[in-house]
Amino acid sequence: MKNVLVNLEHISKSYDGQLVLDDLNLYIRENEFLTLLGPSGCGKTTTLRILGGFETPDTGRVVFEGRDITNLPPNKRQLNTVFQKYALFPHMNIAENIAFGLKIKGKSKSYIDDKIKYALKLVNLDGYEKRMPDSLSGGQQQRIAIARAIVNEPKLLLLDEPLGALDLKLRQDMQYELIRLKNELGITFIYVTHDQEEALTMSDTIVVMNQGYIQQIGSPERIYNEPENAFVADFIGDSNIIGATMIEDRLVNILGYRFACVDEGFGRNKPVDVVIRPEDVELTKDPAEGTIQGVVSHLIFKGVHYEMEVQACGFEWLVHSTGMFPVGTPVGIKVDPFNIQIMHKPASEDEEAVGVNE
Amino acid sequence: MNKKLLSAPYLLWAAAFIIIPLLMVLYYGFTDKTGAFTLENIAAIATAEHGKALWLSLLLSLTSTLICLLLAYPLAMILAKSNKGKSFLVLLFVLPMWMNFLLRTLAWLTLLEKTGVINNILKLIGLPALNIINTPAAIILGMVYNFLPFMILPLYNALTKIDSNVINGARDLGADGFQTFLKIIFPLSIPGVISGITMVFVPALTTFVISTILGGNKILLIGNVIEMEFTTTGNWNLGSGLSIVLMIFIVLNMVLSAIFDKEGEGTAL
Repeated sequence: MKNVLVNLEHISKSYDGQLVLDDLNLYIRENEFLTLLGPSGCGKTTTLRILGGFETPDTGRVVFEGRDITNLPPNKRQLNTVFQKYALFPHMNIAENIAFGLKIKGKSKSYIDDKIKYALKLVNLDGYEKRMPDSLSGGQQQRIAIARAIVNEPKLLLLDEPLGALDLKLRQDMQYELIRLKNELGITFIYVTHDQEEALTMSDTIVVMNQGYIQQIGSPERIYNEPENAFVADFIGDSNIIGATMIEDRLVNILGYRFACVDEGFGRNKPVDVVIRPEDVELTKDPAEGTIQGVVSHLIFKGVHYEMEVQACGFEWLVHSTGMFPVGTPVGIKVDPFNIQIMHKPASEDEEAVGVNE
Repeated sequence: MNKKLLSAPYLLWAAAFIIIPLLMVLYYGFTDKTGAFTLENIAAIATAEHGKALWLSLLLSLTSTLICLLLAYPLAMILAKSNKGKSFLVLLFVLPMWMNFLLRTLAWLTLLEKTGVINNILKLIGLPALNIINTPAAIILGMVYNFLPFMILPLYNALTKIDSNVINGARDLGADGFQTFLKIIFPLSIPGVISGITMVFVPALTTFVISTILGGNKILLIGNVIEMEFTTTGNWNLGSGLSIVLMIFIVLNMVLSAIFDKEGEGTAL
């Protein structure tokens, strides 16, 4: 197990009486690519700003390599931030931008020159030393912002939705670029995004946040396949979330029909939430072959698959399938027991806030 | 075509009250009383009396511009940073502008007079009297008081335009508060500084009201000299000639500010 680099302990923060973070606890290991994922206002950016030193938590501590840095100003922290809108210095050329941190630290000119060359090569922008920031495209500016941060050899790099302003193709390229950089440099990355696909692509660990609470921490596979509550299931990818009743272990009543599943330990006749991913819903040509029967109500071609909506037992099932059923076709619906994910239903209002409240 | 028509009223206005008067100043400035071409009116700036007035004008207006800058910069920074109480602060420095310019300056006369309000208070608490009325110091005070808002506004505009993430970025890269100011905030506010300097320097250089009221007609600025040529002496040719010299300094200042002020902070007023 790698060492813990940063520890956030019981962090709370509110603005104007509005609670943004509520008793947040989180640790980040060395060389980890950790993503804070959630909708806007979930507290992910505030968490990052607390790490960077731009906000002070109302309560709690930030511990960096065993040292309490809660009240340390940003310039005294061994970490760097890549800001959402790049935040390059508009009055300095690219070389001066990259050299900024090193000059402050009083490094020699030859050291700085070497570092600039190295960093520009790393982000594939050799020869851009004399250009001004506003003559660069968004993607190039973003890469300079990253170069400007990493020449300081931080132990931790904070990235605040760095790809948010880029178009889709560039964003995907930059995702691979970031993974490559992280592997080459061996720096710990904390990445903030509201884009679930981005989070799934790049992270070692995803922290799903909502309304100031951590909803789930886990690997991308775990978060996707085994969401702990309806919020996570809904936020990560498309899903069918259905209120159901657990009849007994391995048997669940969904919309009045009995489905076999693999979950145990929820008790008998307990209300639960069921998540079924649209790609896990099987449609059968012969309605009788399905566990329940329905009628296709919508059909869209999405490229890799068809997206269909099936009305069955008063629920609109979202289905992704390579097979196509025209609107109006009666179909059967089957689900493999392994693909039925059972989740606790929030029992109280308090739990509701922690869990599903979007 | 429609747009051109819409601009016609202003074009007429500009022709009648800007272009034609300007041409008339040029005509008078380069002719003598008989209407013959001459450079004497321009050269008249070199006489001891006029040269002294111009020199004093430059000195006083530059000094008050500098004082305005030093007073306005910290305030503009506080304004740009603050969220709460901002409107109150803005109100405070805009409030004097709602009063008539002459009244404001006359108020300073009452304050600064030998037997004025300030001296009465000083006497009351046993301090020596302040004798700055009718001195350059009083004129500088009047200039600073009247023109300070014109320095604050462009500075404030320039400072609010700086992305807070750029400042955070500098802090993040290891710069302390002072380094951040020196290397990021101040350089990025230069357009506002230049605009503010122009907005204060030009009216201060040409004023004759402030120097008349607070200088008690004992201190002649170039503005007073020109005013007297037009009103008292009735030598329009000399007055125009000196005006042209003054205009050269103003145009020089404009050119300088145009070079630096590409963002057009001054236009925000």
